[in-house]
Amino acid sequence: MELDPVLLSRLQFAWLIAWHILLPALTVGLASFIAFMEGLHFFTRREVYLRISTFWLKIFSVSFGMGVVSGIIMPFQFGTNWSRFSDATADIISPLLAYEGLMAFFLEAAFLGVLLFGRTLVPRWLHFFAAVMVALGTLFSSFWILAVNSWMQTPTGYTLVDGRFQPADWAAIIFSPSFPYRLAHTVTGFYVTTAFVVLGVAAWLLLRRRDFAGEARVMLSTTLWLLLALVPLQILLGDFHGLNTLEYQPAKLAAIEARWDTASRVPLTLFALPDQQAETNHAAIDVPVLGSLILTHDANGTIRGLKEWPRADRPPVAITFFAFRIMVGIGLLMLALMLWGNLLRVRDRVYTNTLFLRACIWFAPAGFIAVVAGWTTTEVGRQPWTVYGLLRTADSVTPSLTGLDVALSLAGYIVAYLIMFPAGILLMARIVRRGPAAAAVSNQVEGGRPDSPIHALPGREEGERR
Amino acid sequence: MTPMLDLVPIWTVILGVGIFFYVLLDGFDLGVGILFGLAPDTASRNLMMNSIAPIWDGNETWLVLGSVGLLAAFPLAFAIIIPAVYFPVAIMLLALVFRGVAFEFRYRDAEHKTFWDHGFYYGSIVATFTQGIVLGAFIEGFHVEGRHFVGSSFDCFTPFSLLTGVALLFGYGLLGAGWLILKTEDELQRRARRQARFCLIGVVLAVAIVSIWTPLASEDIARRWFSWPNIAWLAPVPIVTALIVLAEWRAIASESHAGPFLWAIALFLMSYIGVAISLWPMIVPHHYTLWEAASSPSTQAFLLIGTLFLLPVILLYTGWSYWVFRGKVRHDIGYH
Repeated sequence: MELDPVLLSRLQFAWLIAWHILLPALTVGLASFIAFMEGLHFFTRREVYLRISTFWLKIFSVSFGMGVVSGIIMPFQFGTNWSRFSDATADIISPLLAYEGLMAFFLEAAFLGVLLFGRTLVPRWLHFFAAVMVALGTLFSSFWILAVNSWMQTPTGYTLVDGRFQPADWAAIIFSPSFPYRLAHTVTGFYVTTAFVVLGVAAWLLLRRRDFAGEARVMLSTTLWLLLALVPLQILLGDFHGLNTLEYQPAKLAAIEARWDTASRVPLTLFALPDQQAETNHAAIDVPVLGSLILTHDANGTIRGLKEWPRADRPPVAITFFAFRIMVGIGLLMLALMLWGNLLRVRDRVYTNTLFLRACIWFAPAGFIAVVAGWTTTEVGRQPWTVYGLLRTADSVTPSLTGLDVALSLAGYIVAYLIMFPAGILLMARIVRRGPAAAAVSNQVEGGRPDSPIHALPGREEGERR
Repeated sequence: MTPMLDLVPIWTVILGVGIFFYVLLDGFDLGVGILFGLAPDTASRNLMMNSIAPIWDGNETWLVLGSVGLLAAFPLAFAIIIPAVYFPVAIMLLALVFRGVAFEFRYRDAEHKTFWDHGFYYGSIVATFTQGIVLGAFIEGFHVEGRHFVGSSFDCFTPFSLLTGVALLFGYGLLGAGWLILKTEDELQRRARRQARFCLIGVVLAVAIVSIWTPLASEDIARRWFSWPNIAWLAPVPIVTALIVLAEWRAIASESHAGPFLWAIALFLMSYIGVAISLWPMIVPHHYTLWEAASSPSTQAFLLIGTLFLLPVILLYTGWSYWVFRGKVRHDIGYH
């Protein structure tokens, strides 16, 4: 088989970003959760919030460090593998990427050190302020990166000069039509993901480490309240995002729903095996009319089918279709778990129902799967374009690359990440196993000098001190 | 919107300074990583790690700013140069990832400490060597047609680029040894002085070979340096460089703690200026000038607004953190 540099470059980008996105999914959520806990501690002065915050700060610092390391690789991909895309779009997207880098650096430089090491060195209000600034910083990073992604999905504010995109209106570039929905849906997704991690850890502590029951109860209770608001909000935002996709990226929507023919009163396909060649679905399980109702909010609404587009302009249907169903399926299970938990709370059994707590542990990583599935839906659904409708993926790749070149680099990235990520996950699991009490005696400052941000990892207090 | 002002010189300075900062800052901590493998015992290895622990990740962040800055200010250069050095860049990134992870896990994963130590050492060597290859390939120039690199991904591996790869190992080794002389005492410092002298000899040989090789290989560069009146204007560059080498040699031999590091920085600065003189005003050697490769004035203006605010704060903080961690590292204080 001939090695295809375009396909391999896509696989390489997918491999790198799929791992990388897990880290912002956790750090964005944790930063806000930590700021929330710091705020509760600041205003109530209850020590339990402090212990919880300190505990999660340790996991945050590991995740942040891994995010920085895997993030260094990302901008280079635009050059190594997507040079024609870079040449065509740099005038538009590069300042947005640069602002992300500058702001992330700014945040790391100015406030992360205070947050991680300054508790005993700075006034209480300043420590709380630093936590809020770090949380804001992670949101700003999401803002810029998603602005870039949204512009690629729904480009506006540009003029095309000799096949290259030139900026015409920066506000229109940053606030492209899909941006508000994508930003809200993604950040809320990160929050939900993190909340389920916290929920799972709290459940594990309740089941296995009764000595930390106090902290675990607060974590479980707080996140259940947060999820009561966040999960329905996320479903609502997803619905808005879908309406936006229907308007601006109808081919993507058709792929998500595996609709081949334009029709009104379309069914909702719960399951099917989409066949891109034969332009049909096999083994479909349909619910009549529900598709139009959900997608257009009108039972008589029309959905354009994939056959309206030339074959060369259609996204891969099966991947988009299944990725979307995985995301929505996990979302609905999360909704069920959240409702169950809040129902148990009403009956005052939420901290003792073993079955529920076990389910929470199993669901701790669910959000990450949903994030990757959602990202797959939107990115694969964008194909065969890098800039939607304007620049093809096949015309974006670096012209000098051979399939072998990319196969070699991809193999290298696969090996490296298969070492780095399991090691990092084990490290975080170790922190969890130690529990919040061990975390409470942190903030070691040696010789009046704080350690550098990323290195202040746990385990230094007990036995590992040399 | 078309600003009245030509922003290309401003961005040239920002990017030029940014890349030099990266070379200098990550240069010395990569250099410490290279010398790390030569340390005789765990105690001195720990001390060497401690000396760069608080600052190395900040140093590496300049790589992100440098690459994104090149993309933003001179996208055509980014789109030609980075594909041309596909493998050196990919290998460098892998080495840096491995090195970074090794740095973290060395302290937390005692069972596999030797494994992570090797990761740190070899990661540093490979990252340095590949950066040197990028430099050499850049000086030699690329096979370009239109707006694209059209050579093979293996073109960048030439005798010249392998030479610059080795040269950078000595160069970063010199910076790293200078840093260790500054930050350590006694036996570790004495060993660093010996290593600094060895690296300096390597650097001088490499710089001399490069200085003879490039004008022989490129008529443009020969004309730039040796035609009248350029030769009169540019003669101070090699002369000052030679004087700095002399000062560095004496500083290594003397009791000075800061001298070897500072003179090594000066040596890097002169080499950097030398390369800049050879290539000016091209950013893609032989093909595109800085102005031809620049992004649109609107792009440059839009990014400059935020950069002028954020970059000074970042620089101030960087300076402050070096101030906080000033002085000698000791076994009992600091990172461990």
